[in-house]
This record gives sequence, structure tokens and C-alpha cells, in this order.
Amino acid sequence: MNTILIIIKREYLVRVRKKSFIVMTILAPLMLAAFYGAIIWATVGSVSMKKVAVIDQNGQFVNKLKGDEETAFVYVNDSPEKAKKQLVAKNYDALAIIPKDVIEQPRTVQIFSNKSVSLNLQSNIESAISKEIETIKLSRSGITQQVIKEAKTKVSAKTINLSDEGEKSTNSIITTIIGGLCGFLIYLSVFIYGAQVMRGVLEEKTNRIIEVIISSVKPFQLMMGKIVGVGLVGLTQFTLWILLTIGVVSAGSAIFGANYAKTAANTRSMQMSTVPGQSDVQKKMEDSKNPVAEMTAAIKTLNVPLIAGCFLFFFLGGYLLYSSLFGAIGAAVDSETETQQFMLPITIPIIASIALSQLIIRDPDGTLAFWMSMVPLTSPIIMMIRIPFGVPAWQIALSMGLLIAGFMGTTWLAARIYRVGILMYGKKPTYRELSKWIFYKA
Amino acid sequence: MAILETRHITKQYAQHRALDDVSLTIPKGSIFGLLGPNGAGKTSLIRIINQITGPDAGEVFFEGKPLGPEHVRRIGYLPEERGLYKKMKVGEQLLYLAQLKGLTEKQAMDKLKIWFEKFEIKTWWSKNVEDLSKGMQQKVQFVATVLHQPDLLILDEPFSGFDPINANLIRDEILELRDKGTTIIFSTHRMETVEELCDHIALIHRSKKILDGPKLAIKEQFKTHTYRVEYQGDLSQLPTAFTVTDAGKSEDGFSRADIKIPADAAVNDLIRLLIDRVQVRLFGENIPSMNDIFIKAIGSAAL
Repeated sequence: MNTILIIIKREYLVRVRKKSFIVMTILAPLMLAAFYGAIIWATVGSVSMKKVAVIDQNGQFVNKLKGDEETAFVYVNDSPEKAKKQLVAKNYDALAIIPKDVIEQPRTVQIFSNKSVSLNLQSNIESAISKEIETIKLSRSGITQQVIKEAKTKVSAKTINLSDEGEKSTNSIITTIIGGLCGFLIYLSVFIYGAQVMRGVLEEKTNRIIEVIISSVKPFQLMMGKIVGVGLVGLTQFTLWILLTIGVVSAGSAIFGANYAKTAANTRSMQMSTVPGQSDVQKKMEDSKNPVAEMTAAIKTLNVPLIAGCFLFFFLGGYLLYSSLFGAIGAAVDSETETQQFMLPITIPIIASIALSQLIIRDPDGTLAFWMSMVPLTSPIIMMIRIPFGVPAWQIALSMGLLIAGFMGTTWLAARIYRVGILMYGKKPTYRELSKWIFYKA
Repeated sequence: MAILETRHITKQYAQHRALDDVSLTIPKGSIFGLLGPNGAGKTSLIRIINQITGPDAGEVFFEGKPLGPEHVRRIGYLPEERGLYKKMKVGEQLLYLAQLKGLTEKQAMDKLKIWFEKFEIKTWWSKNVEDLSKGMQQKVQFVATVLHQPDLLILDEPFSGFDPINANLIRDEILELRDKGTTIIFSTHRMETVEELCDHIALIHRSKKILDGPKLAIKEQFKTHTYRVEYQGDLSQLPTAFTVTDAGKSEDGFSRADIKIPADAAVNDLIRLLIDRVQVRLFGENIPSMNDIFIKAIGSAAL
């Protein structure tokens, strides 16, 4: 067997067999699933209908307040005292009392509840009442209902992508999320696995086994073997994560999906029974799709094979580029604490990429986005953020080409620092010394 | 025949010349002592022979051919700073290191079995290296060095860290390997080891080779032609050609003198002179120890 393969095999097996690897591989998807579960639970939970009893002392609001998916208003003619007592018995979530002079003094509205009133519910009640006050005030000043109705326009834009395959509806939120997620995963992998390469090199140096090994193999072979081995560990971990996440999520969504349908049905029937004359709301409810279905539809509009292929490429390219630099740092110093000084300049471009990702998302075809997706130090993250928005093929090709050139460059540089550094003990080198090492004869 | 030959090796680090025109010939089957004070350049030379670094000038020949990657598996190297992967199992680690030297997994396994039995360390196979004592780790490292049956074995301070019993075990192994035809380069400061094991030596001082050759020839070269006598009586009447270089009293009251004989005289001339004058209790030639030679050679080089 080729020596570099032997090295790759060891580097891979040693890491994959570690307990921490197995624990992380299993725990991360579970944690992710738990996280998503919490979000879905929170969303589904908030959809549950809140019944609000309304005592209208003014008399102008009866049957006027508009409920929505979250709130239904029920008008009661009882006295405030009686209504308060019946709050629990009649299963109301809250009691709103609209005083006589509400139009002049809108701050006098009171909300009672035996539980604490959520901010969301409070603002729903407030906005329903204030909208109505607005209408009353407008009609008082002589504007007819008809005009008001016509003036209320709701804009809901649909974004449509013009591409070779014709017009396609896109969902810019999904695009943003996919791009951001890919960029963030690359960011994470560079740090996690780059640091593993660095620690591996440092381990060999501090253990002093390095001299035995490089009397058998070339330093470059050892460095590349380590980088490739750790890279394969990364790929293994990501693949397992994706498979496990899909497994956990599909198992979870089977349960949650059923729950969601039930809750939605409940909401609808409640809406019908409690709010007469709200047919438009009803209709909207029926029209609105299940968010999961909406997401699936949006993902279908994206070029998934292209994104997946590019992700794999930029993941590997970014990893190779940075891990060789991390390896060089590991070789240059004697202990992990000393790595900080050299880590900083390397991590700046990665952190800058993530920090600027908001700007890139806002303007994915801008000058900043273009240049940052070309420079190899930032392109793995920035290009992945841009790709779901659609990037011209020549730009992707150029960026890939530059990335290949970039990691060949950093690997060359790193190898030259590495072969000198691994045999240097004692003092911490300066940048000047490092630059001298590059030109040492082997 | 020389297994290894270096010709005019020069190695320069930034401010420091580690090796300056060093030429050595290491005969096949010999135990070659590479001596020198700390920082003389021994490690630099060893690294060049191991192809860890390359010389700035000069050449190295292995069995007459320029040293190349194909020779790596014929050399075994035990560095002064020992090291193994701490969290790796002994057996796996040795298999790995042997495979890096070009053995197949099966070959390595077969050879390992023999060594594990020989050193009685079979129970260590699946122990992590960090769970072994330092001496045990040294044994493992020694096995790693010789497992691929190198023709040239380079040992840098091989006995440091061993207790006397294990040091003896390793010494016997070294001699056995020598008898089987392995050439051994010893880098050490410990002159008693050199005295006992080496048949050739080279002395490097301040990046330069200042002395080399068969041990006996060097001893001959450093002979002072002085003889030690312990006696009773008076020695002041010796001919002027025979000079007393040192005189004193032995612990138990005998007189003691070191006498240098002239180049044209034989030892028997001195003995005859002595017998006529004093009661001889002890007589012998002062043969320089490796320690004396080391100090003397370096002392004269410093001048």
C-alpha cells in the first residue's frame, strides 16, 4: 500500500473510533431535531385559538372587531363583575372591557385574565380595537365606509425568477436560509476540522514521534495524509449528520404533521362557530397551505443538484485551503496556547465572511459579493450564500478555479513552513522567521 | 566495504553552520561511534542520513549509490527524543510504523510476534502507550526501530532512560544484530559505551570532523608511550631519555610514577632499568581511554 494511504487510514480510523466522534455524530442531529421541534411546537402552539370576551360599554364595537387565526371575539352583555366571575367557567382566555369614552381616551381599555396575557394576545386585541376606532374616526370626519374599504389595500408580492427554464416562483426566504445554512456549515467545518488538523500536527510534534515518522515518509506526505484523513472524517460526520437528521426529522414531522393538521382543523371549526360573518378569514385559512408543503414547493424551485454539488466542492476546497494553513500553525509552535497568535490572521477572513453575510444576502449580485466570492479565502462561504440566488456559470467556474489555485498555493506555503517547523523546538517563531522558513532549502 | 559514505557534507542554518565539510566512511558490519559534544552537529548529520533534511553541499552514498527514497526502508532510526502516539495501542502503533517503512501488514505482524515473545511483552498489545512506564515505552520504541530489519541502524543515545537490566537487554540485542550483519551508528556522549561496543569512531566538534578511524588505531595514535610503575625504592637515577611525567604515592604507601620512554627505546629497556633500581609492584602501559581521547582531541581543537 502506498504510504500516504496508510497515513490517511490511520488518521481517519483514530478519529472515527474516538468516543467524542461517536457522541457528537449521534447527539448533534438529535439536538438539531429538538431545536426544530421546539420551534415547530412554539409555532403550532401559538396557532391555538384564544377566545376573548368583549364588553362593549360604548356600543359601537358590537360585531365589528375582526378576529383572526389567533383571536376570536365574543360579545357579552353582562356587567364587568359578572363577566369576570364567569371568565373561567365559560372558558374565555381574556376579557376586554371597552369603556364609553374609548374613542376620546383610547388608553382606558382594560384586559382581564386569570392567566397572564401574552404580549401577542394583548397586541391582537389592541390592534383590533384601534383599527375600529380608526374607522369610526374616519367616518366621523366624513369619509364613507366605501372609501375606507377601497383605501385598505394589502400588497403581497410573489417573486418570480426569470431563467432559462422559464418563469419560476421563488421564495426568497427559503433561498436566503439555504444559502446562509450552506455558508454557515462551511464556516463550521473549516473551524472544526481545521483545528483537528492543527491539533494532530501539534500532537506529533509534542510527542516527538514526528522524527521517527519523517525518517520513513516525506513531511509533505504526512501533512497531506493528515489533511485528507481528517477531511474524510469531516465528510463521514456530515453524511451521518444529514442521514440522521433526515431520519429524525421525518420521524418527528410524521408525528408533528398529524398534530398540526388537527390543530388547524380545530381552529377552523372554532372560527366558524364563534365568529359569524367572517367568511373572508375562513377562506384565507383554507387557502393557506401547510408551511411544510410550502417549503417543499420552494425548495423544488431551487437548483438542488447544483447547490449540492457546489456545496461539496466549496466545502472541500475551503477545508483544504484552511486546514493546510492550520497544519502549518501546528508545526510552527510548541503548544496549543501558542497557536492563538497565528490563528488570528487566518480566522479573520472566515469570520469576516460570516459577519458580512447579511450584506451579501441583501445584495447577492453586488460588487462586494462578487469580489468576496472570487477571493479564495472568502469564496467558499460567500459563494455558497450566493448560489441559491442564482450566479452566472462563468462566475462559479472562475471562483472554483481560483479556489483550486488558492489551496494549491496555501498547501505549498504550508508544506514549506511545516517541514521546517516540525523539527524546531524551543522558542516561538516570529512572522519574519516563518517567512524565512519558506525559502529554506529542504 | 562501506555501507554509508558522506562526502564533504555542509549544512547551514540561518546564522549557524551545523556541518562543515564532513566526510565519513562507515564500514559494513561495524558499530560506528559518532561522538561529539552537545551542539557539535551530530543530530544534523543523522538527519541528513535519514533524509529528514538535505545537505546544502556534499553527497551521501548508500552502498555506493546516491542516497534516495528507496533506502529509507533499509535504515532504522531511534532518535534521542523518543516519541510514540500516546493514545494509540502498542500493537497498532507498531504495525503502523512498520507499514510506513514499507512492510506489508502481514509481514509486520509476523515479525512483531517474534519480538513480542522475545521481549516478553505480549500482554502490552492492546494497551495504550500512555499507560506504559517510560522504560516500557523505550522497549516498544526499540522494537519499532528494528522491526523492519534495517541494514543500517542509527541509535541516538540508545541507553538513556533504560534501567541497567533493560540497558543490558538492549545492548545484547545490538550485539546480536551486529553479528547478523547489521551496521550500527551510535551517537552518544557515554564513553564507556563507546569503549565497550564501538569498533570505529568519528569525533565531530564545532561542525567539523576532527577525528575518525578504527577505535584501536585511534587509541594507538593517542598513545603517549608512558608506563605506570608502582614500586619501593629510589628512581631518581634513570637515564635522562626516560622522563618521569608524573610522580606520587599510592594509597597504601608505594611510590608511583608515570614514565615516558624515548621513541627509539623498547618497553623491555625500561623494565631492565627498573629491575636494577627498585622493587616493582606493578607495571603497565598507560592506554588512553576514550574519555581521555575525547577530552584531549577537543581540547587541542579548541586551541
